[in-house]
Amino acid sequence: MIWNAFLLALRELRRNVLRSFLTILGIVIGVAAVIVMVTLGSGATVQVSQQIASLGSNVVIIIPGQMGPGRGSSVAPFNDSDVEAIARDIGDLKAIAPTATKSVTAIYANKNWSTAVTGTTSDYFTAANWVIARGRIFTESELRAGKAVCVIGATVGKELFGAQDPLGNKLRLKNVSCEVIAQLETKGQSVMGRDQDDLIIIPLRTFQRRIAGNRDIAMIQISVRDESAIDRVKSAIERLMRERRHLAPKEENDFSVMDTRQIAQTLTGTTRILTLLLSAVAAVSLLVGGIGIMNIMLVSVTERTREIGIRLAIGAYERDVLTQFLVEAVVLASFGGLFGVLLAIAASAALAQALQVPLILNPGIMILAFLFSGAVGVIFGYFPARRAAQLDPIEALRHE
Amino acid sequence: MEKSTVRITGPSQIILHGVTKIYGTGSAAMHALQGVDLRIDKGEFVAVMGPSGSGKSTCLNILGCLDTPTSGSYLFEGVEVGKLSRGQRARLRRYYLGFVFQGYNLLNRTSALENVELPLIYRNHPLAERHALARQALGAVGLAGWETHTPGELSGGQQQRVAVARAIVTSPHVLFADEPTGNLDTARSREIMELLTVLNRDRGITIVMVTHEPDMAAYAKRIVRFVDGRVDSDERNDKEAA
Repeated sequence: MIWNAFLLALRELRRNVLRSFLTILGIVIGVAAVIVMVTLGSGATVQVSQQIASLGSNVVIIIPGQMGPGRGSSVAPFNDSDVEAIARDIGDLKAIAPTATKSVTAIYANKNWSTAVTGTTSDYFTAANWVIARGRIFTESELRAGKAVCVIGATVGKELFGAQDPLGNKLRLKNVSCEVIAQLETKGQSVMGRDQDDLIIIPLRTFQRRIAGNRDIAMIQISVRDESAIDRVKSAIERLMRERRHLAPKEENDFSVMDTRQIAQTLTGTTRILTLLLSAVAAVSLLVGGIGIMNIMLVSVTERTREIGIRLAIGAYERDVLTQFLVEAVVLASFGGLFGVLLAIAASAALAQALQVPLILNPGIMILAFLFSGAVGVIFGYFPARRAAQLDPIEALRHE
Repeated sequence: MEKSTVRITGPSQIILHGVTKIYGTGSAAMHALQGVDLRIDKGEFVAVMGPSGSGKSTCLNILGCLDTPTSGSYLFEGVEVGKLSRGQRARLRRYYLGFVFQGYNLLNRTSALENVELPLIYRNHPLAERHALARQALGAVGLAGWETHTPGELSGGQQQRVAVARAIVTSPHVLFADEPTGNLDTARSREIMELLTVLNRDRGITIVMVTHEPDMAAYAKRIVRFVDGRVDSDERNDKEAA
């Protein structure tokens, strides 16, 4: 019965290929738009998460002063003993890297390049999630003695050395001649659009003595062994630092302890809301597509009045005609859904490529959009179908 | 299948008694039928004649269960049609009645075979059986070999023969024809009439045909004339056309 109706519907739609195509165009675009929005949205979300992960895993950052407006920067920086105290007193740490950074012009041969020089320890590579592309990290003795060696980012390597191999060459930072011992794997742009590969890393001791001229530590970057330990570690550090900086119980912290989860949540939250918003707009176009189907079905009922009369005269029941039109609408809408899904896959792939967002196809949303388009067929097909079924056979037969 | 529910109980297959049909209401009311009494027995071939507006088509629509009388009684094989619901009347049409119209009323862009199959689809015949019966019916009307042609590719006479095939493919008890030759030239008309005569004679199908052409009515065994919504004359036609 239903199978028959399905075959009849297919036959009917085949007879009007152009009209069928125009009818489903709205559904095709609607379904495709919803899927593309969701796909690109989740791609963007994943990309943001990936970029945040590139900051380092389970990272906790400690900086002097409070974040926020209207606060002076005249708070005391950290020093070596702070780092030692944290490393000694707080468990669950995978890496702890004191850092100090300064903008310096690096010179090699006749080229110079202004970049950020960071003094730190070997732990920094772990804490900041840097991978050595070629070369080696600092040795213990280099760190202790403050040797003039450096690890360079991909951008610095490209700008100063071009096609030449930077390893073993010496570049000049201020008046220090530094041997390049390694180049880092590229990380690309940060979430904020900064080039993360534009940096030079040297031993902290070297930085303090020969670049900064003081023993200040501007930031301590920590990698926590386990994500679940982050909150405990943060409050332990806060307690320890308050004690070490002699803050009275009512005094505010004059330092900040942050973790990347907070940043991640804010950013992924934003992309989620955007995805939702765009998907809602796309859903409206799906609805409009449904109304398009209803229009065409209504026109089709009028156009086919005589046919309906013939069918009723030769023994079709009301429900046969109702089923026929309903099935036609559902088949139309489902075809629309199907084409929409295919179009969405193609468009998502192309757009993901163009926008450099990872392509994350979500079968759930595809099935949902497809089922929704079927439902659109039922809902918007029902009214015209009922109208067709309730036609008076004689009136219908007389219709020209 | 569902066919066993209705059996012949009365003496005549079709009995109209005091049937009226009024279109519209009040002063605009149009009395199409003003008390029609008519009996048609199984196996008859009746031509219904009369001037335009005499109510002959209205009568045929009521007989064909496409329309209901305003008052009076219509017994089809012992069943009071006036008391049936829309769905039950559709069921009568599906299992017992066949129709041939003046304008052929075939589905466009649909092959002759598919057109003839259509009533069988509604009767839920399986595909193979449908094909066989439809081919048989097309053969019976002399259109073997034309199965794949659409109405647009067929002449008027051929289209009407497809329509006849569609009407008889279900082996109906009664075949109603509303001016079946109205759109055809004389030669084609005679072909159709001969076809109907054969169906009536060989298969025992009751035929009720509306026509205004005496030449065509001459094929029938009985001629009923309508004037002003009433039966004016009802006579046997002894000099059947050769």
